[in-house]
Amino acid sequence: MTKSYEEIPLTPISDTPSTINLTGYWRVMRPVVDKSKCKKCTICWKFCPDGVIKLVDGEPVIDLQYCKGCGVCSFECPAKCIIMVKEGDL
Amino acid sequence: MVVASEVLAKAAFKMGFEVSSFPFFGVERRGAPVTAYARIDEHPIRNKSSIYEPDYVVVLDSSLLRGIDILEGLKPSGKVLINYPAGKKLPDLPQRYKYFLIDATSIAAAHGIGSQTAPIVNTAIMGAFAKICDKVALEPVLESIREVAPVKEEENVAAAKEAYERTTEATP
Amino acid sequence: MREVMTGNYASAYGAKLARAEVIAAYPITPQTSIVEKLADFVTTGELKAQFIPVESEHSAMAACIAAETAGARTYTATSSHGLTLMHEVLIWASGARLPIVMTNVSRAMAPPWSVWVDHMDSIAQRDTGWLQFFCQSNQEVLDTIIMAYKVCESSGIMLPAMVIMDAFIQSHTSEPVDLPDQELVDSFLPPYSPDLKIEVGKPMGFGSLVKPDQYMEFRYKAMLGMKAARDRVLRVEREFKSIFGREHGGLLERYECDDADVVLVAAGSVAATAKDVVDSMRAKGHRVGLARIRSFRPFPHDEIRALAGKVEGMAVLDRSYTFGAAGAMFTEARASAYSVQKRPVMKNYIAGLGGRDITPRILERIFEDIQVVSRRGAEDEVEWVDVAGLQRRWR
Repeated sequence: MTKSYEEIPLTPISDTPSTINLTGYWRVMRPVVDKSKCKKCTICWKFCPDGVIKLVDGEPVIDLQYCKGCGVCSFECPAKCIIMVKEGDL
Repeated sequence: MVVASEVLAKAAFKMGFEVSSFPFFGVERRGAPVTAYARIDEHPIRNKSSIYEPDYVVVLDSSLLRGIDILEGLKPSGKVLINYPAGKKLPDLPQRYKYFLIDATSIAAAHGIGSQTAPIVNTAIMGAFAKICDKVALEPVLESIREVAPVKEEENVAAAKEAYERTTEATP
Repeated sequence: MREVMTGNYASAYGAKLARAEVIAAYPITPQTSIVEKLADFVTTGELKAQFIPVESEHSAMAACIAAETAGARTYTATSSHGLTLMHEVLIWASGARLPIVMTNVSRAMAPPWSVWVDHMDSIAQRDTGWLQFFCQSNQEVLDTIIMAYKVCESSGIMLPAMVIMDAFIQSHTSEPVDLPDQELVDSFLPPYSPDLKIEVGKPMGFGSLVKPDQYMEFRYKAMLGMKAARDRVLRVEREFKSIFGREHGGLLERYECDDADVVLVAAGSVAATAKDVVDSMRAKGHRVGLARIRSFRPFPHDEIRALAGKVEGMAVLDRSYTFGAAGAMFTEARASAYSVQKRPVMKNYIAGLGGRDITPRILERIFEDIQVVSRRGAEDEVEWVDVAGLQRRWR
């Protein structure tokens, strides 16, 4: 709904954090971690463009509320322990 | 050169004149040939154009006498002040102007201004200019030198005083 | 107290007297001594400000934007290629409605390489949403910086301003300047306190994405701010005069225009020289006048229109050229004059590019030319002045 110029501030301002935007809904493919193959190299954690991978005991835990399913972690993982599966499968 | 015109402008201002002084840089590097101009008037100065017909010409480096026409545009009543080595014969210059000489380089060197190989003459020459110019006196020039000189204030003042005393008229 | 100083020092003193709190700048000829002087002020403690050395002009403006968003009064200075490198962030500053004040020492663009005056750099920024004030004296530079903060920080304006002076002709020319008392400046210009700013513990995003359904409303508001600046400039100058006893002519300074047959419209230092020429020509019986564009943004449309209705000829001098069109001052002045019933003959003179001296003699010849063409009608709307190889001699 377009607001009148009189109702808006001088410049667009947002006072809510962007975390309200649950970008996980954008996902088509979902990363699935096979912890048995993980070498704890942390490469997935470094490469995740959205910073949604946390390390727990050195192993990746992916926050699916925000993960957009880009697959960068899967592509970069040298041990091939992250595979991308279609949402709804598995 | 630029400092010299600034000293002149400040001195004339102290005497109640309106002033405007400005440099023209070829390249903005210390030692490269530059020109600087000054206007002195009873009325506020609005003309921002360059000066083409000066009343006075001051030459800080006598080697410029060979390369360029220092007298270009000088008014018929004009006076010329040249920093010139003492005892050296003046080159051929038109008789119609009044010439004044001062060995500002030796004076600056003697007072330890700049280095022995590259003495800075801008304060000494302004002492000499106070002698030949009808509009500015020595005392305000010295006062301005004290304000402008970043170091060796009293040496600069002494050099200007000595130059004032030793400026002589010369006939080419 | 009156002191002899360069335009650059007058600029630095202006920022100091306005109590700029953050200064981010990158040195460039011929602006360098502004930055040096301000760095001195900060080092000696004469000015309590954060001085941020940066690696480029783009970064300088980015730092100013950040500081101003945090509620600090900021200042920077640049010239020529430095200004044009800032172009992107200049638009950000105005869109974010940040009343930053900047000095631009107007200098020609390369190639050909040049460090001398013309207005191409400033004119190229005319659509950035900045107020643009062209000054003619060092006093005006100092006064305008102080006034610009007061104009721009008003809640109805909230736009940045560029205070423009000519390379070398002003930046490096020493002339008497009255340094106002700090207490008087403080009484005129209160501390900056914006309605909204970034604060620790209260995270906010500024300048975020806006979809097509809302973008125009923000631009419309910025337009209202620039429009309101016209009155604001005049009101602030009246208040300035009541305190400091000086004024500089509002948006369009008119000199001997009341009974003039022909007028010269110009901006920057050449306008000061032109006043001498007006006096000398009037002494010879010519009814000539000068209209100085002091504020190019906002443009003095009403003032130009009123003047156009009274004169027979209007010569517009541009110290830059808009390729494919004409001089920018000319096209805008002519647009302003369009609605006048009996329009004057208007002609554009392109002069003084790259530091070419515009002498009193040249200005006199421009007046003579507009006197002739105002009777006969202009044959060429745009004439380049004093170009070697062209037939007409101007000197």
